[in-house]
Amino acid sequence: MLKVKNLKASIDNKEILKGVDLMVKPGEVHVLMGPNGSGKSTLAQVIAGHPAYKVVSGKCSVDSREITKLTPDKRAKLGIFLGFQHPVEVPGVSVFSFMRKANKNPQSKIQNSKSINIFRDELKKYMSELKLPEDFLRRALNEGFSGGEKKRNEILQMMTLKPKLVILDEIDSGLDVDGLQLVATAIKTFKKNNPRSSFVLITHYARILKYLKADHVHVMVEGRIVESGTGRLATKVEEKGYQVWQTV
Amino acid sequence: MANGLVVADYRYGFSKPENYVFKSRRGLNEDVVKQISGFKSEPQWMLDYRLRAHEIFWKKKMPSWGADLSKINFDNIFYYIRPTDKQMTKWSDLPKDIKDTYDAIGIPEAEKKFLAGVTAQYESESVYHSFQKKWEDMGVIFTDMDTALKKYPELVKQYFGRSIPAADNKFAALNSAVWSGGSFIYVPPGVSVDIPLQAYFRINAANMGQFERTLIIVDEGAYVHYLEGCTAPTYTTDSLHAAVVEIFVKKGARCRYTTIQNWSSNVYNLVTKRAFVEEEGIMEWVDGNLGSQVTMKYPSCYLVGRKARGEVLSLAFAGAGQHQDAGGKLMFLAPETSGEIISKSVSAFGGRTSYRGLVKVIKNAKGVKCNVRCDALILDELSRSDTYPTMQVDEDEVMIGHEASVSRINAEQLFYLMSRGLSELEATSLIVNGFIEPIVKELPLEYAVELNRLIQLNMEGSVG
Repeated sequence: MLKVKNLKASIDNKEILKGVDLMVKPGEVHVLMGPNGSGKSTLAQVIAGHPAYKVVSGKCSVDSREITKLTPDKRAKLGIFLGFQHPVEVPGVSVFSFMRKANKNPQSKIQNSKSINIFRDELKKYMSELKLPEDFLRRALNEGFSGGEKKRNEILQMMTLKPKLVILDEIDSGLDVDGLQLVATAIKTFKKNNPRSSFVLITHYARILKYLKADHVHVMVEGRIVESGTGRLATKVEEKGYQVWQTV
Repeated sequence: MANGLVVADYRYGFSKPENYVFKSRRGLNEDVVKQISGFKSEPQWMLDYRLRAHEIFWKKKMPSWGADLSKINFDNIFYYIRPTDKQMTKWSDLPKDIKDTYDAIGIPEAEKKFLAGVTAQYESESVYHSFQKKWEDMGVIFTDMDTALKKYPELVKQYFGRSIPAADNKFAALNSAVWSGGSFIYVPPGVSVDIPLQAYFRINAANMGQFERTLIIVDEGAYVHYLEGCTAPTYTTDSLHAAVVEIFVKKGARCRYTTIQNWSSNVYNLVTKRAFVEEEGIMEWVDGNLGSQVTMKYPSCYLVGRKARGEVLSLAFAGAGQHQDAGGKLMFLAPETSGEIISKSVSAFGGRTSYRGLVKVIKNAKGVKCNVRCDALILDELSRSDTYPTMQVDEDEVMIGHEASVSRINAEQLFYLMSRGLSELEATSLIVNGFIEPIVKELPLEYAVELNRLIQLNMEGSVG
C-alpha cells in the first residue's frame, strides 16, 4: 500500500526528514510516535503533498505508484487521506457544500449519480455516530468549531471519502475521553467496513491504543524512524519517554 | 497558482443577429434627442427635460477622480435602438431570436419558479412585460418607464429627476437626455409585494449605449424587492451603459434593490443609483458587479427622515483588464438614522478593484449609527485593490465604525481543500465563494447559484 524509502524532505532549506523508511500493508494499523519536532507531522504533510515541503531524495509510493510529484488533489484521488492536526478554517463555506465538492471525486464510493438527499442522509448517519449536532452541515467549515468538533469533522470526512490510506495527525489531541472513545469507535467501524484501508496514527500518547489495536508501532526521532515494534514499544515510550533514542 | 493569464470566454458571450426597426445614427446632438423623444411621442415637458440635460451633459467634465474613462468616444455610440414596434405581453408573442437569447440565460425557468412579474428589457426598450393580476388589483404598478410616462404622467412627473437631477454628474445628464426603457414601480401605502419583481437587461448591439431609467416609489408602510440581472454578449468595440435608478422610500416603507451585473468585458458601466429614505424607512442595495471593463457605481441612501436606515452590500469581481470601482454612499441627514456598507471585492489576473465610499453626517443628526466594512481578496501578484473611504462627520453624538481588510488566498486553506480531492480551481473557487458568502446569502437562491457559477467561470482557465 504505502512504501516510503529513504525519504528526505526539507522546508526553507532546512532538512526535516532525514531518511525515513516505512512500509504499510493493506488493512494494517501503524502508530507513529515521537517527541515534538521529530518530523512526524512533516512526514504526514509530505505524503499528502504540502507544497511548502521539498522532497530532496528518496521515494514514496502508493500501490506502487510514485506520488512525490503529484499535487495534493491527485494524491487524494489515489486514496490518501490526511486528518489534520489543526484543521483549517474556511469562512463562508458550509460543511455540506465542501463535502459535496470533495465527494465528487471518483475515489469516493459516493458517486455523482446518487441524489443529493441520499448523500445528505449518509452524512447524517455518520454525524449521529460522531454525535455531531444537526446544524453542523450548515456551519462554515471549521470556523468557530471546538477542538473536539474539528477532530470529529476530520473523521466525518474520512467516513464519507473512504480512503485507502488514512493518516491521522494527532487525532487524539483536543479530544476529551468521551470524544476519543467516539472517534476510536468510528475508526473501528470504518475498518470493519473497509478492511483493506490502512491507518497511520500519529500521536504523542499511547492512550488511543486502549481503544485501537496497532499492528506496528514506530518511534520517530530527529527525522528518522529509530525503532519499530509492537504495542509493547508504545508502553515503553509511555514509561520512559524518548530520551533513550535522543542524541542530544 | 494563476500562472496562466487566459481569461475564460464568457459563457453568455454570444450575440444575436441585429434586427431592428429603428436605430438612431451614431453620435449625440440636439436632433438625436428630439428624434428619440418624438419617436416615443413624449409630452413636451419630457422633451424639454431631455434638451436641458443634453446641454448639461456637454458642459459637464468627465469625472477624473475614479476609473479611467478617457477611451469613451461619445461620437461612436448609438443612443437609441428600438427592437420591435409594440409591447409584447405574452412570452409566446416574443420574436424568436429574442426568445433564444433569453433561453440561453434561463429566463423562462426563472419565471416558472418564482417570478411575479417580468419586465425583460432587450436593447433600449422593454418588449416583454407580464405582471400578476393580484398585484395590479392591489394597486401596484410595475411597468417599463416609457409606458409609465404615457399611462401615469403625473406620477412620473412628480418624481422623475427629483433624487438624481440631470446636473448630478455627466452620466446622469447623459441618461436624462437619452434615456429609454427601465422599470417603473409604484407600491401603494401598506402593500407588501412578497415576491421579488424581476427584470433582465441585456445589451446586444455593437457600440450602443443602454440608458435605462428606473424609478421606484414605495409608499408609506409598503414593501418591495426589485431584482435586476444582467448578462451581456461580448463585442470588440466599446459599449456604454449609463443607467439612472431613483428610489423613494416613504415613511415606514422598505425597499430592497438587488442587482447582479455581468457585462461583457468591453462595457463601461457607469450607473447612478440613489434612494431617498423617509422616517423609519429602510433601503437596502445589494449590488453585485462582475464583468464590464470599467464599473463606477456607488449606490447611495439619503436618510432624510428620523430613524431611516440604509444598507449597501457591494460585491465586485475584477478579472484581466477590468476595473471595478464600486462602493456606496450613506448620507445621514436626520437624527437616529442608521446604516451599513459592506463591501467584498475579488481581483484576479491583473484586475483591479477599488472600494470608494462616502459617509456623511450633518450637524444635529444626533444618534447616528454607521458601520462600514470593506474586505478585498487579491488572487495573484498582478492584481490590485485600493480603498478610498471618505468620512465627513459634523456631529459629535454618533457611533461610526470602519473596518477594512486585504487578503490573499491562504496556502493552508488551499492545501486543506486540495488534500480532499478538490482541484486547485475548485478549491480557489470555493474559497472565493466563501469570501463573498455574506453578500451571496442575501440573494434569492437562484441568483446565488448563478453567481457562484459565474465566479467559477470567471476563474476557469486561469488557475494552475
